Amino acid sequence: MPVTKVVMPKLSEQMESGKIIKWLKKEGDRVQSGDILAEVETDKADVEMEAFGSGVLRKILVAAGNKAPVGSLIGVIAEENDDIGAVVAQAGSGAPAAAASEAKAPSGAKPGMADRPAAVPPQPKSEDPAARKPSPSTGSESPGSRRVQDAVAAASVPQPSGDGGRVKASPLARKIAAQSGVDLKLIQGSGPGGRIVRRDVEAASTAPAAAAVAAAPALRPVAQPAAAGAEYEDLPLSPMRSAIARRMPLSKAPVPHFYVTSEVAMDRAWELREELNGLEGQPKISVNDFIIRACALTLLQHPGVNASFQGESIRVFHRVHMGIAVALEEGLITPVLRDVHAKPLAQIAVEARDLAERARQRKLRTQELSGATFSISNLGMFDVRDFSAIINPPEGAILAVGSVRRVPVVSDEGLGVGRRMALTISCDHRVMDGAMGARFLQDVKKLLEEPLRLLV
Amino acid sequence: MAVMTYREALNLALREELTRDPNVFVIGEEVGLYEGAYKVTQGLLKEFGPKRIVDTPIAESGFTGVGIGAAMVGLRPVVEMMTFNFALLALDQIVNSAAKLHYMSGGQYNVPLVIRGPGGPAHQLAAQHSQSMEVYFYHVPGLKVVRPSTPMDAKGLLKAAIRDDNPVIFIESETLYNVKGEVPEDPDFVIPLGQAVVRREGTDVTVVAYMGMMYRAMEAAEELAKDGISVEIVDPRSLQPLDTATIIGSVRKTHRAVVVEAGAGFAGMGSEIATEITEEAFDDLDAPVLRVTGAQAPMPYARNLERAKTPTKEKIADAIRRVCYANGSR
Repeated sequence: MPVTKVVMPKLSEQMESGKIIKWLKKEGDRVQSGDILAEVETDKADVEMEAFGSGVLRKILVAAGNKAPVGSLIGVIAEENDDIGAVVAQAGSGAPAAAASEAKAPSGAKPGMADRPAAVPPQPKSEDPAARKPSPSTGSESPGSRRVQDAVAAASVPQPSGDGGRVKASPLARKIAAQSGVDLKLIQGSGPGGRIVRRDVEAASTAPAAAAVAAAPALRPVAQPAAAGAEYEDLPLSPMRSAIARRMPLSKAPVPHFYVTSEVAMDRAWELREELNGLEGQPKISVNDFIIRACALTLLQHPGVNASFQGESIRVFHRVHMGIAVALEEGLITPVLRDVHAKPLAQIAVEARDLAERARQRKLRTQELSGATFSISNLGMFDVRDFSAIINPPEGAILAVGSVRRVPVVSDEGLGVGRRMALTISCDHRVMDGAMGARFLQDVKKLLEEPLRLLV
Repeated sequence: MAVMTYREALNLALREELTRDPNVFVIGEEVGLYEGAYKVTQGLLKEFGPKRIVDTPIAESGFTGVGIGAAMVGLRPVVEMMTFNFALLALDQIVNSAAKLHYMSGGQYNVPLVIRGPGGPAHQLAAQHSQSMEVYFYHVPGLKVVRPSTPMDAKGLLKAAIRDDNPVIFIESETLYNVKGEVPEDPDFVIPLGQAVVRREGTDVTVVAYMGMMYRAMEAAEELAKDGISVEIVDPRSLQPLDTATIIGSVRKTHRAVVVEAGAGFAGMGSEIATEITEEAFDDLDAPVLRVTGAQAPMPYARNLERAKTPTKEKIADAIRRVCYANGSR
């Protein structure tokens, strides 16, 4: 059996390192390819890490509770009699450094072809002649030990850095990746100098999903209680908090925001919602579900708002993927409800609730955390009149939703009481202008004020 | 179809065109009585007489000028260079007169001239007689440049060159004169200038090569087929005009390319074709285009050094493996 290196997988675009929450297998345990080896905490979610080889988990190099940079060696799977000395020795100096510092990936532990991150098991397509070629043999070693040597040799080849550096990929690989939706940042290149070439993208696009959803309840970092009488305490940043801290200035500073606020009469929507929720066997529908549906329909009419600034061009999306901000104790996460323009209200209600619940349990799949074309942030449950949200790039706009409040309203009949809700859209001025945002908001308001339109 | 040598195919093309058009004549050193230094004009003096087959003194600039003048007033001269290296002596006539007279006379004159003879590396002809002379000509606007690799191409392309109203540089090879192949005997068989041909179909890599390099690339392709690498070979045949559409079409299929040329690589045909591919098919490339060229050095006389200077089957095969990321070292 070949020796399989277990490396820290790259589970999201921003992920630079991951923390082992716990190992589900211990040294000496027999594992099958596909078994869950460990739980890893990333900046967005806790995910389970699969084994991509079978054998015995011979060595754990990064203990639970420690961090390791993406791509670094954290364990070795091999048969009892395989010599794993070379692999472990080669990672030897790297592993402790990995645990101590996530800033720099140890050079000795970078993955080569035989030890891609778990997200991308090596699966060269059989029609690729290069892949069919056997690796040159130097003696009479078993295939297993030869593979280890290859891996060691490959480790000395310079690899693209995972720290936001330029991804080296052939033009064809880039084209295929764009067509098949493969993220080049998640792939290890097998070409010269770590260049990603066609066979790497094709292997990645046929690979199984990166990580399954955790079945066990997720663990959360526990803050140490402050010592009595201390003037202050420094709380360590959770991965999620540091991701937010890193990303938000990337939006607010370079993206010129402008804001448009409108007030929506929610009386009829409120009544309709109560009526719908009174029906037996129907899923419970929230005010936010109405807003999601209204925005999705309106975005189809206003594609300029469902758009993203791309430097040299504006990308207008023909589908609506809705980011729904979910507040968590330690931060905020925005799972994505896909193709929401094509979904009826009841389906939106079910799927949005599922996403929010799983977000709170930190059980989201990585693919549910990116790709939104527009986002909604609702603080209505906190008795908020109105607020403005920060755009989540590369999206072009975000809608901030306040509480539905009972307020005095003036009508032709005189003074009365009505339900009102403030909507504030934050727009990227590079993509759209004030009037565009205002017209969008007007149409959202119209749908919410004539809510039967949301049912047809 | 008849099987004949490259030399016989050229001879047949000349005979057919001399017969077809009384304005065609052959001029050069030893083309008449001696029947050509490489016997390409064998039998022509006897058949067409001294007015059509003209022996000259050793004076390339002079007889090339005669050819240009004759072309300007309506004849269709075929000027033979004993070897194309000697054309350097006629470079001013070719570059400043033949190539430019049509333009500078405002279209009043055509120069329907063919200059033909062997060029490129052969067997121990040393520094002055082994040069890949096409590079001196395809850079000049107004000249067409042809390099025929097979007997069939030699006949079809020479006839097209003679019938062309522009000056055509037609460079053969000492190493190919005895190569045999099928040649159509039809006197109307002509291969238009500017059409490349796919010599071998493949799926993994496009190799662009002509003349002797094309044959070496074929051998390399045979060898690589055993390793599962499928090589497509494109022979451009004309270098000016260059059939980039066929080359690009092949690269779009294989996603990789190697260009082979016998001469030194700097600013050579490989550079030109690699650039065309990069400009036209960038998003189809899975690897940078590689060149296999002669070394940047004069051709040595010693056989082992001559081999070291020129692209060999092994060098071509190595480049193909590299461009396919199949050389073991990744």
